[in-house]
Amino acid sequence: MKKKHLIWTGFVLFLLILLTAATIWSLMAGEMKIPFRNMLSILKNQSGMEYAILTNIRIPRLLLAFSIGGALSITGAVLQGVYRNPLVEPYTLGISGGAALGVALVIVSGLNLKLGEFMLPVAGFAGAFATIFLVYFLGIKRDEININRMLLIGVMISFIASSGMMFLMSITSDDNLHSIIFWTMGSLDEPNTMLIKTMVIASLAGLFITIMFAQPLNALRLGEAKATHLGINASVIIRILFVVASLLAGLCVAVGGIIGFVGLIIPHLMRSIIGSDYRILLISSFLGGSFFLIVSDVLARTIISPNELPIGVITGIAGGLVFILVLSRSKQKAIS
Amino acid sequence: MEKNYLKIENLICGYNSFHLDSLNFGIRKGDFAGIIGPNGSGKTTLFKAITGELKIKNGTIALDDKILTQLSIREKARTIAVVTQHTESVAISVEEYVLMGRMPYRSDFQFFETKEDYEVTEKYMKLTDVYRFKDKLMNQLSGGERQLAGIARALTQEPQLLLLDEPTSQLDISHQIQVLNLVQELNTKMGLTVLMIIHDLNLASEYCDYLLLMNEGKLWKKGAPADVLDYKTIEDVYKTVVFTQENPLSKKPAIFLVSNKILSQSKKHGES
Repeated sequence: MKKKHLIWTGFVLFLLILLTAATIWSLMAGEMKIPFRNMLSILKNQSGMEYAILTNIRIPRLLLAFSIGGALSITGAVLQGVYRNPLVEPYTLGISGGAALGVALVIVSGLNLKLGEFMLPVAGFAGAFATIFLVYFLGIKRDEININRMLLIGVMISFIASSGMMFLMSITSDDNLHSIIFWTMGSLDEPNTMLIKTMVIASLAGLFITIMFAQPLNALRLGEAKATHLGINASVIIRILFVVASLLAGLCVAVGGIIGFVGLIIPHLMRSIIGSDYRILLISSFLGGSFFLIVSDVLARTIISPNELPIGVITGIAGGLVFILVLSRSKQKAIS
Repeated sequence: MEKNYLKIENLICGYNSFHLDSLNFGIRKGDFAGIIGPNGSGKTTLFKAITGELKIKNGTIALDDKILTQLSIREKARTIAVVTQHTESVAISVEEYVLMGRMPYRSDFQFFETKEDYEVTEKYMKLTDVYRFKDKLMNQLSGGERQLAGIARALTQEPQLLLLDEPTSQLDISHQIQVLNLVQELNTKMGLTVLMIIHDLNLASEYCDYLLLMNEGKLWKKGAPADVLDYKTIEDVYKTVVFTQENPLSKKPAIFLVSNKILSQSKKHGES
């Protein structure tokens, strides 16, 4: 085994340990503390208040944080690779804007009250899907992919969607306004177990599929033309990855609302620690993103307990600060 | 006469505003051929037609009797390797970068490099003298070192044809010579067929056995440097006054440029 592969294995183990620790903490922490040593017996007895808290609240949230954190991070890593732009994240491409507009439309028209709350994630996904569709078909002209055009179209759709949403917010009732704002801030509070299961399966499938494309993604680091010279069918690969990554991001937004920054900072952090080889970058981004979102969720639940902060607030502030710290450190290293 | 190895027939290819005009030529196995010509003459278009970046409108390109458009992208990458004027300045180690040349040999979902991949990579890193800085990052190298790494990567593709697109245009003369000497060595010792776009006519003359002069999307002239690089042809194609002389050592044509000031002074002398 090469030294490189040993380092990779060690790093994945390290992340798994972090993730396990975060998982245990997230099950223990909350308004009602549940000691770790009681955890197994509570789950075995299948009764009582603590059992209800674990199975109805903490485990579902944990699963969502795990899958959404992981999924957003790999989509960020993939899209940054496809666009060769370090500032791209799932939401730059207008996916969150489209989803938010879809949700706002449903709330304003009252469809969620008539047909049920499940309409919100459905509308979110439909909005995200419509955006992906537009970006894809407007970005690809005469069979030729223009990465920059796709990026610009995504940014424009994002603007249009947020303006559309502001329009809806300005004409609707206070109650609806509150629902829209609450949704856009992002939350891991999801009562629908079907959605949670879908999210977990989709995130793991996303990880599996993108890892299959790790080598082509590695070649794309050199640009489309160079990747083609290396025998990679760049235009096909870019299309597949774009669709996979944005569907995954669309699903994340539909289920968890807009949880910003995870898809931007986690791949960056991982790249600066372990390098840009996608074979390790994808798996470590997934684990790192899961860890980050689980910890953020615990903080969101506990900082002003019994009230709860929107998780987007935590990921934005904590993520941003860590990111600035890392950037300033790496700059100093480069100078010295 | 030896049969052509790379054969281009009736090639039409390009954009709405500009296209290659029914190009015909061939180069033989083991040739070191250069493509020269002014900006916008179609050199890069021809290049992109060979690499497959541009779709061909008409005609064929064949290498060793295989029609290139019929090869898969991967087969093509095992046949033709490309080095451009900018070898990527990325945060990847030289070794990892050179290893990428093995990509066309990997099966679709092969996750790790094989022992053979490492052996081939090491061999060509040593041959191109980049082995000594194999752990440096590509973006920490000088321009010349980066070009050598680019050639090492191209060689690990074990191609039959090496395409170079102005590999020396960003380099100072010592690195120009270093890179071109290496290419020449690969050409003579390994028998690698080389096709290179090059702007510098003196370097083209010195290193290439065979030159293709392009102008306005057509092949203007082809042949040995001495046949192509006469002052009349250069003046016609480049619209520039030059003087040519024989390099006393290599016996190949050397081209001298003259500034307008000197030119007008010498005209006055001629008149008086």
